[in-house]
Amino acid sequence: MYIYDNYDQQIVEDRVRQFRDQTRRYFAGELTEDEYLPLRLQNGLYVQRHAPMLRIAVPYGLLASRQLRKLADITRKYDKGYAHITTRTNVQLNWPALENVPDILEELASVQMHAIQTSGNCIRNTTTDQFAGVARDESIDPRPWCEIIRQWSTFHPEFARLPRKFKIAVNGCASDRAAIEVHDIGLEAVHNDAGELGFRVLVGGGLGRTPIVGSCINEFVPWQHLLGYLESILRVYNRFGRRDNKFKARIKILVKALTPTVFAERVAEEWAHLKDGPITLTEAEVQRVSKHFTDPAYLELSDQDQELAALDAEHPGFARWRSRNVVAHKKPGYAAVTLSLKKTGIAPGDVTEKQLDKIADLADQYSFSEVRNTHEQNMVLADVEQRKLFELWEVLREHGFATPNIGLLSDIICCPGGDFCALANAKSIPVAEAIQERFDNLDYLFDIGDLDLNISGCMNACGHHHIGHIGILGVDKKGEEFYQVSLGGSSGREASLGKILGPSFAQDAMPDVISKLIDVYIEQRTEEEHFIDTYKRIGIDKFKERVYASNN
Amino acid sequence: MRAIIKNDQVIDDQWTLLSAEADLDEALRTEQAIIPFALWQEHKSQLQAVKPLGVWLESNQAVEDLAEDLAYFSVVALNFPVFTDGRHFSSARLLRERYAYTGEIRAIGDVARDQLFFMQRCGFDAYAIRADRCPVDALQSLTDFSVTYQAAYDQSLPLYRRRTA
Ligand code: HEM
Ligand code: SF4
Repeated sequence: MYIYDNYDQQIVEDRVRQFRDQTRRYFAGELTEDEYLPLRLQNGLYVQRHAPMLRIAVPYGLLASRQLRKLADITRKYDKGYAHITTRTNVQLNWPALENVPDILEELASVQMHAIQTSGNCIRNTTTDQFAGVARDESIDPRPWCEIIRQWSTFHPEFARLPRKFKIAVNGCASDRAAIEVHDIGLEAVHNDAGELGFRVLVGGGLGRTPIVGSCINEFVPWQHLLGYLESILRVYNRFGRRDNKFKARIKILVKALTPTVFAERVAEEWAHLKDGPITLTEAEVQRVSKHFTDPAYLELSDQDQELAALDAEHPGFARWRSRNVVAHKKPGYAAVTLSLKKTGIAPGDVTEKQLDKIADLADQYSFSEVRNTHEQNMVLADVEQRKLFELWEVLREHGFATPNIGLLSDIICCPGGDFCALANAKSIPVAEAIQERFDNLDYLFDIGDLDLNISGCMNACGHHHIGHIGILGVDKKGEEFYQVSLGGSSGREASLGKILGPSFAQDAMPDVISKLIDVYIEQRTEEEHFIDTYKRIGIDKFKERVYASNN
Repeated sequence: MRAIIKNDQVIDDQWTLLSAEADLDEALRTEQAIIPFALWQEHKSQLQAVKPLGVWLESNQAVEDLAEDLAYFSVVALNFPVFTDGRHFSSARLLRERYAYTGEIRAIGDVARDQLFFMQRCGFDAYAIRADRCPVDALQSLTDFSVTYQAAYDQSLPLYRRRTA
């Protein structure tokens, strides 16, 4: 994990001082509401339904146990004793008082954390694969590159007032768990034929009001030129992105208007000037940063296939948990474990202060004192010894993290919605809960198998509903909360956007609607098909008929 | 006379900013005028002899169009219609880093304290702080941060070429 040196530490401390003064000036009336707004936003501070909401940056999802303990502490001292893991791997507090935020930032800075650029029209937290560095199918560890991008984008002077927010994701794996195709910039670390390292660059993907899958504008940017190329893209966007209409201001609209080919030419023209300049990355810097992401002190172990199979036979619950929440690790004898934050009755992604402390203890005990947040709003212990899995499972069960539902229907991705968010058209958490309650039979859930269900409370799409196999979107219908359902979205490679099923539904109809969709799948599927495969084969009509027929 | 920030100090402004509607007469009549770019484009031949002269760009006007004429201007002012419009952050860097402009680059329009640190890094060296705000107060933001990661106009090397262990 990246450890700050004096330079990095100085920057976050300067920021605390700056923000303390900005907040003081706001309370003193020297800054108007409108002037303070973008300043606090770029510090992750929204003013929402009940109170300000503070979004704390967790760069590419990585957290150390001492940082978790600090977060637990902060939620106790300044909030209501719980925190929320967001779909961009950050941590959100729902109830801090505005005047306490400078103190919270100071506490965060003491454990090398901050809330810089977690909101507002600037370059946001860079995200990646939650199994970075441990995945079996990984070819290049994206984490050093994420950190290099974090530093470049932190207080970048030229890009401090962009037309709109800007999100970058990096992947280095055969599979894409970082959803790079639906980011403003998606980077895939690759080797070319000569074995050199570089990046395939996608631009203009995104969800929200105008969902679009990104276009590749460069098949291979050598690693030395990564930042120069990013700077070129951002400069073209900063200068020519639309600023007249907030809803047309994302880079995807510019890329679409120019066409990806012309956009790529503009970037190439800019890059011709920057290439080989001082922004060129050095071997020394890449090594310096990479040193923070070397393997921890793994033991020489062997895989425990037989022992684990024996435990499976004896404990069906363990077997179930292992099949969903445990994934293979590049190192023999190790496994990566996902802690489910999707227990029925708890808002997806919420963790209490006690749980945060507990997870910190577990990280110390089982996983080299580190955890990762996932964009599916769960947490991961990435380096667990297989021989300790059973013991860990028992502890996780005790603390409510062992729901064996990772990747299943009840592992719902859900934004805070109308319960917390001022932009919402509709609540999302109660819908998630009602669906989880309907599908609480584990055997049935397992039989349904892999299924991404995503819920957003409005078209801003914080719950990524467009890329859910089943997507649910809160809409406002004459002042009442309704829900529009879409089918067939997917993230990962060959990302696709869901298709709208038809007219929207009232909240209490939602569990039935989902049941009917699942019934059609169960009836139509072939043995090896997941929901998304069946949908792709048979199309939307049969689903539509079933859901709307019985409405009459 | 209005106070502006120039080279990290509050001084009296010697220049007169002409509005977008100003005509050629007004430009020729005014001493040390900062003229709208459109006026320059229209009456270049009559204005070329005026010295010293300044010009200002709207936020949707591109510095490329001014690049060949930079030698005529002691001041290039870049207008911020609202402080959230960051287009001219790029303009300033291009003027300095690509077109090697060494005259004054002045921020005009909705210019306030909390943008100054970034502006200075991009190559601005003068700031006409909004009339209802205190320029002395605004000076403080020029030192908001003591360390920066990126190369920009004020610092030709990124931190990774400067870090000492
Ligand atoms: C040309 C006009 C102005 C001049 C020359 C001026 C000058 C000054 C000076 C000398 C200081 C003391 C700085 C220090 O403590 O070292 C100051 C502070 C201050 N001025 Fe002004 N001022 C001007 C206009 C304004 C306006 C229009 C406002 C309010 C809208 C304002 C608000 C303040 C505030 C709030 C401070 C205290 C700043 C702090 O200590 O953080 N000033 N000004
Ligand atoms: S999707 Fe809409 S309702 Fe949900 S958190 Fe985002 S802005 Fe709020």
